[in-house]
Amino acid sequence: MSSPVMSPKRATQSEESLKAAARALRSKRRARLTPYWLITAAIAIILVGTGYPTVWQLVTSTQKYGLAQQFGAVADFVGLENYTTLLTDAQFWQVVGRSLAFCAIVAGVTLALGLAFALLMNAVGKAVRLILQISMLLAWAMPIVAAMTVWTWLFDTRRGVVNYLLDKVPGVDMYRFDWFASPWTFFLMAGIIVTWMSVPFVAFSIYAGLTQVSEEILEAAALDGASSRQRLRLIILPMIKPVISIVMLLQVIWDLRVFAQIKILQDAGANGSQYDLLGTYIYKVGTGAQDFGSAAAASVIVLLLTIAISWWYVRKLMKEDV
Amino acid sequence: MVRKSRVGLSVLAIVISLIWLFPVYWMLNSAFLSSITLESFTPTFLPLGGSWRNFVNAMDDGTFYSALGMSVAITLIVVFFCILFAFLAALAISRFKFRGRKSFILAVLLIQMLPAEALFLAQYKMMSSLGLLNSIVGVSIIYTAAVVPFTIWMLRGFVAGVPADLEEAAMVDGLSRFQAFMRITFPLLAPGLVASGVYAFLQAWNEFTVALILLPAEDSQTLPLWLRGFVQASATRATDWGEVMAASTLVAVPVIVFFLIVQGRMTAGLVSGAVKG
Repeated sequence: MSSPVMSPKRATQSEESLKAAARALRSKRRARLTPYWLITAAIAIILVGTGYPTVWQLVTSTQKYGLAQQFGAVADFVGLENYTTLLTDAQFWQVVGRSLAFCAIVAGVTLALGLAFALLMNAVGKAVRLILQISMLLAWAMPIVAAMTVWTWLFDTRRGVVNYLLDKVPGVDMYRFDWFASPWTFFLMAGIIVTWMSVPFVAFSIYAGLTQVSEEILEAAALDGASSRQRLRLIILPMIKPVISIVMLLQVIWDLRVFAQIKILQDAGANGSQYDLLGTYIYKVGTGAQDFGSAAAASVIVLLLTIAISWWYVRKLMKEDV
Repeated sequence: MVRKSRVGLSVLAIVISLIWLFPVYWMLNSAFLSSITLESFTPTFLPLGGSWRNFVNAMDDGTFYSALGMSVAITLIVVFFCILFAFLAALAISRFKFRGRKSFILAVLLIQMLPAEALFLAQYKMMSSLGLLNSIVGVSIIYTAAVVPFTIWMLRGFVAGVPADLEEAAMVDGLSRFQAFMRITFPLLAPGLVASGVYAFLQAWNEFTVALILLPAEDSQTLPLWLRGFVQASATRATDWGEVMAASTLVAVPVIVFFLIVQGRMTAGLVSGAVKG
């Protein structure tokens, strides 16, 4: 290879390698830009559909934006007036308190049931598991409006099955009981419905997490004399903690802003302000009273609440390597 | 002892299944019964002597077919663009290291937390000033923007699950990066793409809130809005629950069938995203 005869070829070779290096550099630069091209479309659509509305919301929340502005009048900048009006309004605080309580109870019950059902799926035989999974799936797949319609039928005052079945219980008189008559029974009903809808997602996610817990570790622990309760507490739960925490976070966020369910139930026969949660409250202020400024301020407050609630999770995630 | 407790658990599981299944069963059951049968306080638990008449009546309602058309069109558009955009983005974050990658992933996660219910006024204003109220395009933009983040999150798990070594091996064998990707990785991603497609399908098909705001005209309603209108129209007379349940069934059945077919892959995708997160 080192014979002089080879030298001309060597020259072209080095020229070739130079070209190759240039090409490599170019393609490397291109490769460096590739990921940015790949995320452009997603970023663009998110900016249009979510980003712009968020900014608009922030801006409008500092303006006096009522019916006149709907018809083209200039919206005056009023600083934090919308916020101070809201935050000194006792009715708004009631709605916030009600939403937080509803969210905490429903999300808590949902998570407990979801975890229990996931453990149950793991414990029973294949056939029974399939039955449980299919029924959960059917509940999960029901479109929200269809599900709500069915539930209003189930809770119907005169001909509803719920009243019929409860009335059968000795000593309970539920004949023609009106679930919409008081906020307490209204939100009990709403809570039952939202839980019914949400449990399948939680159960499936946690179950999928459970299937990743290795059999061998559990067997080893059993051999070492760990009781089944100890195995659950010391091995299984810590291993599925990541799934539980993200499911819990999503559940809390979803339950804090339930809108469709409450709106449809209100349509079915309860429209007073004592039946409002944050979602329907904003809807009424915005579309009914046409006061976009206050509605936007209320939306921003919901946003801040959401961020406050999820802060610990986001911070944990930022520390970890994703 | 062990066997006995297992039987107990099985019974418990079946009781829970029945409770969760009951509303769905009740919808189907009532859909086949006449309004006279449903009028009594004592319910009829089996649809014996039922008929399809309620379904015929529900579909005869003038706007059913236009609502079906709207829903199908919007759903197809959203599914297509969601998969396309999310796939490209998932590729970027799981196959490339680049500056801003982590911020992008965090942004995707955070956007999922934005309450859509707190944005609908702004979305209404935006679409009305663009002249896109009551249009397929307007709703599709909002839906795609709302669904893309989660689809990216889901697909990222799947792309990361296909080892890059496989692609590199194919490149050593003389394929270009693009060819290697299309021939090796893409087929392995099919389940992930199906799962995210189904997710997008469900979101677009079932969505109610944004549609309520952006599609006020009667002839541009989607199926969920149609169902709501049908219920309200029925409520002005004494609600005919048989017809209303038939209408609900019409909206629900396509989703249920679709969902049952692809469910396993969907939860797997969901969790692989979450666990790796």
